[in-house]
Amino acid sequence: MKPPPFSYHRPASLDEAFALLGSLENAKVLAGGQSLMPMMNYRYVMPDHVVDLNHCPGLSGVGVEDQTLIIGAMTRQCDLAANDLVARHAPLLVDALHWVGHVQTRNRGTIGGSLSHLDPAAELPAVIAAYDATVTVGNETALRDVSIHEWAAGYMMPAIDENEIAISINIPLSVELDGHAHSFFEIARRHGDFAQAGAGVVLQTVDDRVTDLRIALAGVDIAPVRLRQAEEFAIGKSLTEDVIDEIALFAKAVPGIADVHADESYRQRLAVVVVRRALTQAAGPGP
Amino acid sequence: MSETWTIKCLINEKPVEREVSVRLTLADFLRHEVGLTGTHLGCEHGVCGACTVLLDGRSARSCLTLAVQVDGMNVTTVEGLGDKTRLSPLQQAFMDEHGLQCGFCTPGMLTTLTELLANNPDPSESEVRLAISGNICRCTGYENIVKATMTAVRYIRDGMPESSEVVD
Ligand code: FES
Ligand code: FES
Repeated sequence: MKPPPFSYHRPASLDEAFALLGSLENAKVLAGGQSLMPMMNYRYVMPDHVVDLNHCPGLSGVGVEDQTLIIGAMTRQCDLAANDLVARHAPLLVDALHWVGHVQTRNRGTIGGSLSHLDPAAELPAVIAAYDATVTVGNETALRDVSIHEWAAGYMMPAIDENEIAISINIPLSVELDGHAHSFFEIARRHGDFAQAGAGVVLQTVDDRVTDLRIALAGVDIAPVRLRQAEEFAIGKSLTEDVIDEIALFAKAVPGIADVHADESYRQRLAVVVVRRALTQAAGPGP
Repeated sequence: MSETWTIKCLINEKPVEREVSVRLTLADFLRHEVGLTGTHLGCEHGVCGACTVLLDGRSARSCLTLAVQVDGMNVTTVEGLGDKTRLSPLQQAFMDEHGLQCGFCTPGMLTTLTELLANNPDPSESEVRLAISGNICRCTGYENIVKATMTAVRYIRDGMPESSEVVD
């Protein structure tokens, strides 16, 4: 249970990091280390080079620019949970962070790390999908923006090239979503463990009628899923218990992955439950 | 011969400068090279919490941290919480309330809860439980750990009891 041998690199600037990733073979980026390190200890991954981004300035912090909430990829999960801009503009992120790992892992783990590792059960990618965000990634020659909806290229495989680094997560802000309701709920065997199913809900209502609803599932399929049909179905409706039940049932159509803790049909049933609970909470009278 | 790197850090307030293999975890560095065996290793992949130390005051898993990463940091292990003549209020409360049995999880519990009490001097029982959700204890059933933490809150607020003598 020790990492295999590798060469260690500590770039002091983003350009230096880009140059390293552009020239080294079989290199891995070390962000918070909460996923990479266990995988190295287990020797699921055996990189020849580890490029440590922890001394690379400009990759962490939160700001608002051009109607966009910009979150640096190296921003640690604990700092996000305590950030006022995040609480104001993307409060679902704060809800979800309570479910992400434990205090010790949130102190180190980064948002860009969660996205790049892309565990099917990870909460943060689902929240980012609920907010229709983009991810800025870059290499030596160019930066590009990838829609979160195109981020998953496969199981635990983000749409990022080996020589690229995730730079920021960009959440578009709109007046229509100002002061939206939000809730995250998940079921796991132990608090902080990987969810068997989790749901994040962003909800806006005007005069008790739904004007905007986003439902994102984590831990059900191989990557975060938006329940588009359910979202459309809800528009214009008032969220009574019956309507919430109907909306939640759409989650049954998502193909569930099977593992030792939950088979496909059990996961699909959990998906319905977590959507119902998150939506009930979001539609409730508020805190 | 594996690659090495020279690091400088503070460990329990003492400056340390060492050449370390880059693949060495912080946990193994502390235990095997610095001789601080108070930090325990239960799983070596980030699920048990026994190896928790404080990095610049924040709890972190030392099995998921490379020694080379603490270059320039302030590392606190369980050995740094109290001293030989006086336990920290939290340690004293663990002793008074039987907050440990075999003691394997204790270094991780103490470091994690030290961080909690520094940030939140008056936690509720459920906040204490949440704080140690990443620390597994196979002996106590957690009850006395929670009780000890609530007692530590009182020790910190009202002072430690007179009888808090340290045993050898
Ligand atoms: S040994 Fe580090 S978490 Fe178990
Ligand atoms: S006291 Fe034995 S594991 Fe906690």
